[in-house]
Amino acid sequence: MKKLLSIFAVAAFAFSANAGTLDDVKNRGFLKCGVTTGLAGFAAPDDSGEWAGLDADMCRAVAVAVFGDRSKVEFITTTGKSRFPTLASGEVDMLARNTTWTISRDVNLGFEFVGVNFYDGQGFMVPSALGVSSATELDGATVCIQTGTTTELNLADFFRLNGISYEALPIETNDEGKENLFAGRCDVYTTDASGLSSTRAAASNPDKWKVLPEIISKEPLGPLVRHGDHQWGDVVRWSLNAMIIAEELGVTSENVDAQMSSNVPEVLRLLGVEGNYGEMLELSNDWAYQIIKQIGNYSESYEANVGPDTPLEIARGLNALWTQGGILYAPPFR
Amino acid sequence: MNEMNEVRKPPVATTGIIGWLRINLFFNWTNSLITLFVIYCLYKFIPWILDWTIFSADFKYNYLGEQITNQEMCSRNLDPENGGACWAVIYVRFYQFIYGFYPKVEVWRVNVAYFMLALALLPLLYTKLPYRRYFLYFTYIFPVIAYFLLNGGLGFTEVSTNKWGGLLVTLVLGCTGIALAFPIGIMLALGRRSKLPIISMMCTLFIEFIRGVPLITLLFFGMVMLPLFLPEGIDMDGLVRVLVAVTLFQSAYMAEVIRGGLQAIPPGQYEAAKSLGMSYWRMNLLIILPQAIRISIPPIVNTSIGLFKDTTLVIIVGILDLLGIGRGTLADTNWLGLSYEIYFFVSLVFFIFTFGMSRYSLYLEKKLKTGINMGAD
Repeated sequence: MKKLLSIFAVAAFAFSANAGTLDDVKNRGFLKCGVTTGLAGFAAPDDSGEWAGLDADMCRAVAVAVFGDRSKVEFITTTGKSRFPTLASGEVDMLARNTTWTISRDVNLGFEFVGVNFYDGQGFMVPSALGVSSATELDGATVCIQTGTTTELNLADFFRLNGISYEALPIETNDEGKENLFAGRCDVYTTDASGLSSTRAAASNPDKWKVLPEIISKEPLGPLVRHGDHQWGDVVRWSLNAMIIAEELGVTSENVDAQMSSNVPEVLRLLGVEGNYGEMLELSNDWAYQIIKQIGNYSESYEANVGPDTPLEIARGLNALWTQGGILYAPPFR
Repeated sequence: MNEMNEVRKPPVATTGIIGWLRINLFFNWTNSLITLFVIYCLYKFIPWILDWTIFSADFKYNYLGEQITNQEMCSRNLDPENGGACWAVIYVRFYQFIYGFYPKVEVWRVNVAYFMLALALLPLLYTKLPYRRYFLYFTYIFPVIAYFLLNGGLGFTEVSTNKWGGLLVTLVLGCTGIALAFPIGIMLALGRRSKLPIISMMCTLFIEFIRGVPLITLLFFGMVMLPLFLPEGIDMDGLVRVLVAVTLFQSAYMAEVIRGGLQAIPPGQYEAAKSLGMSYWRMNLLIILPQAIRISIPPIVNTSIGLFKDTTLVIIVGILDLLGIGRGTLADTNWLGLSYEIYFFVSLVFFIFTFGMSRYSLYLEKKLKTGINMGAD
């Protein structure tokens, strides 16, 4: 299957990548961005039919960088199975779809991950009443686990390493896992921590459930583009980096106009007051200013979509800036 | 004399309500036990379901009288002892369920198309309609009108199919699939029974291949591989690709259903038609097919209902049909956890359509008396 996919990828690549994606996007007049069919906090349609979420913001940021207009984006819904063929065939210009950056996807499938917009990892959720404070105390527990995923392997490894046993209750979908846990048919539900948070938020009484502190896998989620079009890759990469740098420098959508007369050189470079970084990317010079003005910096997007004030209540954790105990880090803007 | 001839009434126990009860519900002791058990279950279940869906449910306002804008404001989330279903999510998202992401200023076009669909179905469903012939002309041109109405062109602004969703996509897929598969299926069925070896082989190959793979595979085929076969520069719309896959799938099944009907026609009918000097096409159109289709009505409706429900699989290739919109709603942080309400609503809509189809087929069967043995009359 993987081989087949890469053949498709190469075949489709041959058709679609002869012109630069950036030029294609500019000529078309809007960006085509692949998102999920709905994942709480990352991409989901709101009541008025507008897509919202961390990944949706990523798409909009790129649209703003290219066109200076956050509405110049068409969201194409993709599933876990259809996302790679859709990107490879050129039906979307980029994917911002909760996709874990792995070597095989980056190299073998012919894609290029341009950064990480969310550091996720597999975690455990238990009823608070179980009285467990660490996953190492879960000896003999019944675990609800989605079959055929990497989470299954991670789980087996973790329990073997800690010399404890478990009984697996195989499930197919997240909904099924939720129902089984809530009905008490399993003691533990394990999946990505962001998924656990949305499951917990969906409970009638979220305080009855607890996400354990252990994170047993690395799941760096980020936007990706097709291999070989470095100019376009740069545009997407630096749209994400601009949001992270803006947070680092304390530039927000509210104070961005005041910051235009800042005395910090990097702020002036970021906002296009000094230097011609926009030109290098073949964008307008105020591209980063527009992203911050219309979308906000990384923190603003995080807090609005998945942060502690939203029903998901995901603490910054690994996703805090490197200066604040996390690992979020963008190369300097100069 | 008169008194002797007076008709005696049958015993009370065999007529009227009591008789009906005795014969149908309490015929013997096992029967009676089952009846009592079912009554008990209904007694337990019906009040609960009515209470949950209607009496304690929130429709637009919660029990405090506030208009509900997210799941935290639902009565049952404010006070778990109080409140049933929270239908406000359906109320708020109704537009998306029916039209998807269709732009609001253009939505009248979808409404007109829905209305015209009903008008186009009318002469097909109700054969005694006055001026039926003129209505039928309209039915034939309806697909063209609907295409321009929904998609744009001829002075209408274009609305890309990416913005379509919800019931609109479900109906477009279901109706197009069923309508196109019917003639294609007939041709395939005739082809498979043809005495010309190449035609018969090609039709058999097509039917067996399409029937031998799952619909999901065909959807992927349409989504991923179809564009590779097309010349460069021709960009086929995603929904069209899915439509092609769905139509191929449905035609193969329809062909086998109709072939079943054809097999049931006694050879005498063919011989009689031929002895009158009819050509192959006249024989099939006038004698064979009308009878074959008449006895195939139940399985035709059966596969059509199956297809209508199978359209939900398009979520796999990223098209948001009615169920897809429901799932998208569940992923909105404002409406997390309202899965019972959303799945209930989606099932209800599907039930209304499929139940309608099934009732209509019963009516057709009665009208055309498909039960009789045609060989004998």
